[in-house]
This record gives sequence, structure tokens and C-alpha cells, in this order.
Amino acid sequence: MKTHHALRALHGILQREMLRTLRQRARLFSAMVRPLVWLAIFAAGFRSVLGLSITPPYQTYVLYEVYVVPGLVAMMLLFHAMASSLAMVYDREMGSMRLLLTAPLPRWYLLAARLLASVIVGLPLVYLFLFVARFWDVRPPILGYVAVFPALVLSGLMLGAFGLLVSSISTQMENFAGVMNFVIFPMFFASTALYPIWRLAEAGPVLATIAAWNPFSSAVELIRFALYLRFDLVSMLVVVACLGAFFLAAVVGYEPGRGLWSRRGGEG
Amino acid sequence: MNALSVEDLGHSFGSRRVLQGVSFAVAEGRMCVLLGRNGAGKTTLFSLITGLYHARAGSVQVFGQAMDAHSSDALAQMGVVFQLPTLDLDLTPGENLRYHAALHGLPTDLSKKRSREELSRLGVLDRIDDPARALSGGQRRRVEIARALMHGPRLLLLDEPTAGLDVPGRRALERHVRDLCRERGIAVVWATHFLEEVGADDDIVVLDQGRVRWAGRADRISPELGVESIAEAFASLTGSP
Repeated sequence: MKTHHALRALHGILQREMLRTLRQRARLFSAMVRPLVWLAIFAAGFRSVLGLSITPPYQTYVLYEVYVVPGLVAMMLLFHAMASSLAMVYDREMGSMRLLLTAPLPRWYLLAARLLASVIVGLPLVYLFLFVARFWDVRPPILGYVAVFPALVLSGLMLGAFGLLVSSISTQMENFAGVMNFVIFPMFFASTALYPIWRLAEAGPVLATIAAWNPFSSAVELIRFALYLRFDLVSMLVVVACLGAFFLAAVVGYEPGRGLWSRRGGEG
Repeated sequence: MNALSVEDLGHSFGSRRVLQGVSFAVAEGRMCVLLGRNGAGKTTLFSLITGLYHARAGSVQVFGQAMDAHSSDALAQMGVVFQLPTLDLDLTPGENLRYHAALHGLPTDLSKKRSREELSRLGVLDRIDDPARALSGGQRRRVEIARALMHGPRLLLLDEPTAGLDVPGRRALERHVRDLCRERGIAVVWATHFLEEVGADDDIVVLDQGRVRWAGRADRISPELGVESIAEAFASLTGSP
């Protein structure tokens, strides 16, 4: 693989992702509105009923809005990853995935480039949300916006790789409703995105254990700590390990010899 | 050297065997029509040739490069138009072509120049900046062919490219591809079930139930089988009415 060829392909894939995202205005709008609805309505309601003790990385009592914003940021990344995964299933059903997979580059590189491009395109919206959240008094240190960047990229890559894996397994777009109900929602709700782990433990030790092992919780905590200029080594290791595992499995899924791709049958 | 060599290729989906012992070759600069009814295995064969599926038996070589060992080198020589439309409808034809060029490593300046040249040649330059979804079926097919030619392939694979087009559209597309074959010396594999798309000077490969039933020059099939026309020859080979 020649470097200039690989970089041009990455640039082309990134450009396509940006153009498609900018032209799908309804998707852009809903991606922005979804976390704001959670922040403005859900968080406002919970603020009065949910007391928070001092939980790291916070060094004092914080408003529920402050607690929930990193979770909502991770939710944005999760939904963006799933939208991207759905787009891949759509591309495969519509045939345009074939164009990508018949490019003269290794398949793992093409999938990695698609994954990276999807994450890069999703990040500006996250920063826009973090800026808007300041109006709800969610004001992390200014340097936190810089420190959180690598955490966002890593978490976005891990969730994107998970989406890639889902897209390699999903045979039809209709299956995606099942994915949302049985994978995405449990992943989000059984995590530390909305409640700290000690709160979940009060509800039941099983739920707390699931949340502790849920890689989405690690993404949330990595973002939360970075936003407040702290580094959570365990969360980072979990995120990196899951990124590697999900991506490898997705590459196998898209591999012509081993994956499901070649077992399904074509048109004729 | 052959543009494409397929040797003893086989493939199954589970227990369903869709291709068995498929062998044929396409010489440089020749037009080869892959004839077969729906379900004969043409699309699976294309998926194996383009590396979308892994060949479980046999081999594919493109200008001497084996698909399993040197797939990137083989794919770089190949332009493909799939049976399913593969244009990104959210992009313009120009953007679709430049995306393809990027995947093949072409620099931006060359990509812009070539996209105009190829779209102009196929008579759709005036739609370069329109959304692809606003194009007619025939225009989309021509854009797909223009896209497949962006990186200067020496082998062009077209899987039922005239499906869904009206008769004038089919003839125009066929003429364009024959011109390409003649003027640029590109080897073409044209899969179809329309017998009228076979030219007298073409090579034919008749595929039926996953096997090659006959391969050779189009003008020899009728005399060899002792029938009057290609249609009769095809019917006798495939058992179709």
C-alpha cells in the first residue's frame, strides 16, 4: 500500500462523509436536538429528585446537568456511530458499498478510513453541544475542551467500530430496529451516562455490575474525566481494548473469505 | 497476455452450489459477452472476479495478477459497473467520480480533469453538478461507466448494465462501450441475458446453472451447434424455450 494512495483515499472518504452529512439536514438537526432535549427536560426533572454525592472527577457537589453532560456527549457519539452503521447497511443494500470494497486497497484500511472519517465528521456537533451546555451552567475548565478531544476520538472510534461490527452482522436494514431495542438502549441505560454507579448499586447489584462492565460506561467516564482535566487510565484501557476487539471482529465480518458477506448470496 | 483468466472457479452459498468448474479467458482489447439467464450465476461470478467474495475453488487472474495473492494490483486494472446501481444519490456525478478517483489514488487535479473528460465522452457533462438522484436511469448508468473509467482500467466489467433501460437507451450504452473497446483497447466483460446485445465479432461465454456451457467466437456458435441463430444455440445449450 503506497502512502500517497492511502492518504488520497482517506481524504476522498472523509470528503464524501462530510458532503453526505451536510446534505442530510434532518439527521444533523435531530443529532443536535436529541441531547438538548435530554439536557433541558430530562435533566431538569431529575435535578429535583436525584441527589448526587461527591463523585470523581468532581471535587464538590454538582448539578445533575453537570453530571449528565458527559453521558449525553457519549450518547451523541453512540447515536452517530449507529447512524453511520445504518448508512453502511443501506450502502450495502443499495450496492454502493461494493464500490468501496473493490478499491485497490486492503479491506481493513478501507474500513478504518471509513470509521475515522465518520468520527471526524461527528465531532463538531459534540463541541457545539458542549458550547450550548454552558447556558445550563455546565462550564468545565476551558482547557478541558482541549483535553477531551483525544477522549472523544477514542470513544468515537470504539463506538464506531462497534457500529461497524453491527453493520457486518446485520443482513437487512429492518434488523436495525432490533439492534436499537436490544443493544443500543440497554447499552445506554445500563451505564454511568445517566446515574453514578453507586446510585445503580442502590437499585440492584446486578445492574451496577452490568454498568461497571459496560464499555459504554468506560467511554462516558473517559470523557467525563478528560473534560475536568483528569485522566482515567482504566477507562482508557477498556476503550482501547474494546476498539481493537470490535474493529478486528468487523474486519473479519467484511472479509470475503471468512465473513458473513460471502455466505449470504448475491442477486444471481 | 489475457486480460482476464478464470480457472476452474467454484462457489457455494451453504449447501447451494452456484458455480462449478467455471473456466474462460478474455483477451486484451476483446469484447466478451457473458450470456446467462437470471440466476445462472453471473453476479456471483462478478463478485468472485472483483474479490467481493473469496473464491473457494479455482483462481482468477487479471493481466497475470492473481486475485487472491495480489488483489490490489488486480483491482487497479479493473473498472466495474455492478448490476445494482452504486451511485451515491446524495452526491453529484462529479463528486461521485472524484470519490472513486480518490479510492484509486488519483491526485485531485487529475481527478477533476478526468471526471469532465469521461462525463463529456458519455454525454452527461451538463449534469456534472446536479444531484445524482435527479438523473434518469440511463444517465445514471452512463455516469457509472464514466466512473469505472476514471482510473484508466484495462479491463471493464459490466454486470447487466442495460437492465431497466429502454431500447434506445440500451443501444446507446452498448455503442458507447463498443467504442471504448475499439478506441482504447479495453477488454470488456458484458454480462447480460439479452441475446440481441451480442455482436458478430464478440466472444461469448454461455453460463447456465453455474457452469460454462459454451465459450468462443459469436460467429462460430451457430455453425458448431448446427442451428440457425444465436437464440437457437442459446436455447439448446440452456434448455430454455
